[in-house]
Amino acid sequence: MNESNQAVETGDEVLLRVEHLSKRYLRAQALKDATLEIRKGTVTGLLGPNGSGKSTLLKCIAGLCRPSSGRIFINGRAPGIHTKRQVAYLPEVDPLYPWMTARQTIEFVKSFYDDWDDRKEANILEIAKVDPSMPVRAMSKGQKARLRLVLTMSRNAPLILMDEPLSGIDPPSRSKILNAIVSEYSETEQAILLATHEVSEAESIFDRVIFLHEGQIRLMGDAEEIRKQYNSSIQGLLEEVYA
Amino acid sequence: MRINIDVSMPIYQQIIDEIKRAVARGDLRPGDKLPSHRDMAREIQVNPNTVQRAYREMEQEKLVATLRGQGTFISDDPMLIDKIKREMADNSVSSFVREMVALGFTPEKIVSLVADRIRGLPAGLPGGPPGSLTADLPDSPPGRLPGDPPGRTEQPVGFRSNE
Repeated sequence: MNESNQAVETGDEVLLRVEHLSKRYLRAQALKDATLEIRKGTVTGLLGPNGSGKSTLLKCIAGLCRPSSGRIFINGRAPGIHTKRQVAYLPEVDPLYPWMTARQTIEFVKSFYDDWDDRKEANILEIAKVDPSMPVRAMSKGQKARLRLVLTMSRNAPLILMDEPLSGIDPPSRSKILNAIVSEYSETEQAILLATHEVSEAESIFDRVIFLHEGQIRLMGDAEEIRKQYNSSIQGLLEEVYA
Repeated sequence: MRINIDVSMPIYQQIIDEIKRAVARGDLRPGDKLPSHRDMAREIQVNPNTVQRAYREMEQEKLVATLRGQGTFISDDPMLIDKIKREMADNSVSSFVREMVALGFTPEKIVSLVADRIRGLPAGLPGGPPGSLTADLPDSPPGRLPGDPPGRTEQPVGFRSNE
């Protein structure tokens, strides 16, 4: 009985594979030879200071920027028109129209995707405490962040990419966002890659972490094993690595 | 169940310890159902896989049993509470003794302090008259401060030792 339980443990299936990825902008090398795998059922923290290459990596995976070299496979396919429906991407910048209400924004975004899940939408609205009738214009930074979360997590896309979903947001909003992530991601079907430079509050929801520094992966591993090995929180270790 | 997570230690271990404490106290009884790992994860805001890992380890220790489709239950082994209590008492006593020895107390003094404490006599411990602890301090061997630990704890390897 034990064995069968272990077998159904988080799917061993690789959802995302990045091989020797490099990205050069005009002057700057944003990513250098990054290689990683993300398995189904996991929440991975993509950590590092501003400018370490986190956003570039997410954009390349989302198909929004072309790598200079290296390869990306999402369920075996390179990013492009076919992988759009496999990836839900929460950008760092605000894509919301100020004149719409939360409800209108949701309906608008929903119309683009056939994997929208109304049950998830209702749950996340409830957990994240988003008021559907509120116009985006009247929302605080934290309220907008929670609405962006609804837009990203209401889809049944296998791979969810989030770029700084917690930055500059008040602690109650952060807590609501983390709650919504923990309760709504599917451990059997989905994987989350979440980029953040503020680790302390989010670190308890990560299975795995990747430390990026100047475009290179410095450390990658199981969050609990890292705590054990270094006798430190992820945040504490990060501060020492980048000090 | 209230668990205050300290992220500088493995989280699954803290979940296991907290459940053991609840069993030892009698807050959880043999046969009681644990929250689903998802509910537990939501409540303490940790990754569901981490709770799953804690449950799996407890299963291997025979502390809980998972029944397919029904959930995870505290094992109804009648010896369980005793076993857990003994194990936790063992851990507390060893760390207490280690601490006292590191402070320079002799075995006899430790025993008498504990005995005094239990009898409710003022022993210079919290609750006793202020300042009385200094009078109770053992004579430490010369050249060694009472607070000196017997050995330095090992430095973890890796990043931190570099700088």
